[in-house]
Amino acid sequence: MWINNLVVMADTLKHPEASHGNGESSSWLLHHIADSRTIDLEPFGHITLPQFPPIHIGGITIDLSITKHVFFMWLVSIILIVVLSLVARSYKKSVVPHGLANLVEVFVVFIRDEIILSVIGKEGLKYLHYFLTLFFFILLCNLFGLVPYGATATGNLAVTGGLAFLSFILIQLAGIKKHGLIGYYKGLVPHGVPAFVAPVMFVVEFLGLFAKAFALTIRLFANMTAGHIVILALIGLIFVFKSVFVAPISIAFAIFINLLEILVAFIQAYIFTMLTALFVGLSIHQH
Amino acid sequence: MLEVNPGVAIWTIITFLILVVVLKKVAWGPIIEALTRREENIRKALEDAQRAKEEAERLMEENKRNLARAEEEVQKIIRDGKETAERIRAEILERARKEADMMIERAKEEIERHREQAMLQLRAQVVDLAIQIASKLLGETLSEQRHKKLVERYLQEISSEKRA
Repeated sequence: MWINNLVVMADTLKHPEASHGNGESSSWLLHHIADSRTIDLEPFGHITLPQFPPIHIGGITIDLSITKHVFFMWLVSIILIVVLSLVARSYKKSVVPHGLANLVEVFVVFIRDEIILSVIGKEGLKYLHYFLTLFFFILLCNLFGLVPYGATATGNLAVTGGLAFLSFILIQLAGIKKHGLIGYYKGLVPHGVPAFVAPVMFVVEFLGLFAKAFALTIRLFANMTAGHIVILALIGLIFVFKSVFVAPISIAFAIFINLLEILVAFIQAYIFTMLTALFVGLSIHQH
Repeated sequence: MLEVNPGVAIWTIITFLILVVVLKKVAWGPIIEALTRREENIRKALEDAQRAKEEAERLMEENKRNLARAEEEVQKIIRDGKETAERIRAEILERARKEADMMIERAKEEIERHREQAMLQLRAQVVDLAIQIASKLLGETLSEQRHKKLVERYLQEISSEKRA
């Protein structure tokens, strides 16, 4: 963890000089959080990721180039596939879990029993693999931000937006599958609402569907970004005061925030999964 | 920082969907199946234990019942035996007493008969003796026939006085 801080410092030292040595510039701070086309490996230089020419579809320019966050998403995916398939194989040898399988099992059982079964019910087990993947994917993406040279893919609005979009689709599909296309959207209006209020309620509830997905997007992004900004700001204090005596305090606080970030990584992965399950449950059990 | 790069969003969606499919195949399927199987095993083992316990309790209950029944039977046999013994004892006693009574009765009768016989003999002898004495005293005044009658009458009187 402190290595991470050192890397940030080394990088930080370099950047103010690049931006005409102005200590008040915050570009170095954003540089650590924002997506980029390179993977920085200071002080060993950097790797430039492959880029593709942007595609134009109906006035929208889509740049499918591989960025830092896309790279880390893939890294997370590969780690998940390798580790979890090893865990799955260990179950073939014996049903008694040991080592890593024990750790994975805790989360799997928790998500199945405490999230799916208690929030959605038995019908939710159909979507179990989606929620399990969601949880582990977000968790590992979150944790990668705390690893030296790592980047938090979930600290990118496009990534959290993409995940929330998938959750949004799942929520709609689950509702439509249960109540039928018309039945589901009719069911959005609560029972016992006077006829003249119903259209208003429908609009409100319909917008609410998007608001839920939007809230998911912003919550995960903001939580992941905020922690990093705090850490960077604490380390930045050393350069703002231009004094090495600030360093112990800054580093101590940065480490504390780093530990807090580990907690937040788990909590946010849980909350995203939990809320998606809650919304799926709401669309299945309409009142 | 707050701009949304649609390319990254598309990559996210593609990556995540592929990840869901791949993980379902290589990880979640087997893991969930193993978990379910284990839970099933544990549940079955618990149920078996419960059933065995109930069976044992049932057997114990039955044993207790059997024991109680056996005890009762033993008591009954003892009671019956006692009753029979009592009855037989009473019967034997009764018979013995009857026999004894009968014997006593017979003995009494015998004694009575002997006594009467003795009395008769005694009376005859007394009459004879009295006649002899009287005839000796009176000296041939009365015929033997009249004497006998006289003495007979006196004796009758005496015995009737005695009885009275």
